[in-house]
Amino acid sequence: MNIWLQIGMGITLVLMLIYMYPAAKHWLENSPKAEKGDWQAVIVPLLLVVGFVILLIMLVKH
Amino acid sequence: MNNIYEQAVSRSSQQTFATNKVIRNTYMLLSATLLFSGLMAMLSVYLAVPFWTYTASVLVAMLMGMFVLPRTADSSAGLGVIFAITGLMGFGLGAVISLYLQLPNGPQTVALALGGTGVIFLGLSGYALSSRRDFSFMGGFIFAGMMVLLVAMLANIFLQIPALQLAVAAGFILLMSGFILFQTSQMIHGGETNYIHATYGLYLSIFNIFISLLQILGIFGDE
Repeated sequence: MNIWLQIGMGITLVLMLIYMYPAAKHWLENSPKAEKGDWQAVIVPLLLVVGFVILLIMLVKH
Repeated sequence: MNNIYEQAVSRSSQQTFATNKVIRNTYMLLSATLLFSGLMAMLSVYLAVPFWTYTASVLVAMLMGMFVLPRTADSSAGLGVIFAITGLMGFGLGAVISLYLQLPNGPQTVALALGGTGVIFLGLSGYALSSRRDFSFMGGFIFAGMMVLLVAMLANIFLQIPALQLAVAAGFILLMSGFILFQTSQMIHGGETNYIHATYGLYLSIFNIFISLLQILGIFGDE
């Protein structure tokens, strides 16, 4: 990658970090607490995504 | 007493109507922006633009997303801005797709990544819409995770470690999958009332999942 594009991308990522910081702070402080079964409702679909990606990797290897 | 009950029902139906309107507008705009983005990607493949176009396009689109979109999202100008951003990202994506298409099994890898992204997005959106669960408890986790991934991406621009690139790609797929659940639930439960912002969030998730999947399949397919 062109060095100037690398620097430009680096600066943009730093700007994004600065831009996202207030939102991250807000959600970390004000997110509602998870109730029983909430995390399970997230983990199950995410595990399905992981399984699906593994299936795609197996397909591309053959 | 009856009057109070009628007012409560009326307020509740107004809220439901507003929520459904946000969801409908978001998916309509998302479809239009994805179509436009796809057309721009095809144009970019046809023109055989060099690879640096991807970095340059994403860079400009990210800056527009940070500084222009928030100022225009509440007006009709926001529609023009979201099309400009997604068109630019699509044009940049064409450069990456061109690169993959030249490799052995490249068309298969691109097709699998495209199909895989569609299945992941539709599956997660369908799950969030049908379960109507409130996933706002994930907010802190998602934004903190994004900041960690951005730092890792920043480091890898200069370090260029393939294993870190793979880890970032895998992290992005998981985090963006979580973000789709979070954003969809925000639309359902009234946390997101601006359909342009909602479209931008979902578009970025789809874009990141596609790029990450392309990288992972490319690496494991020995390309």
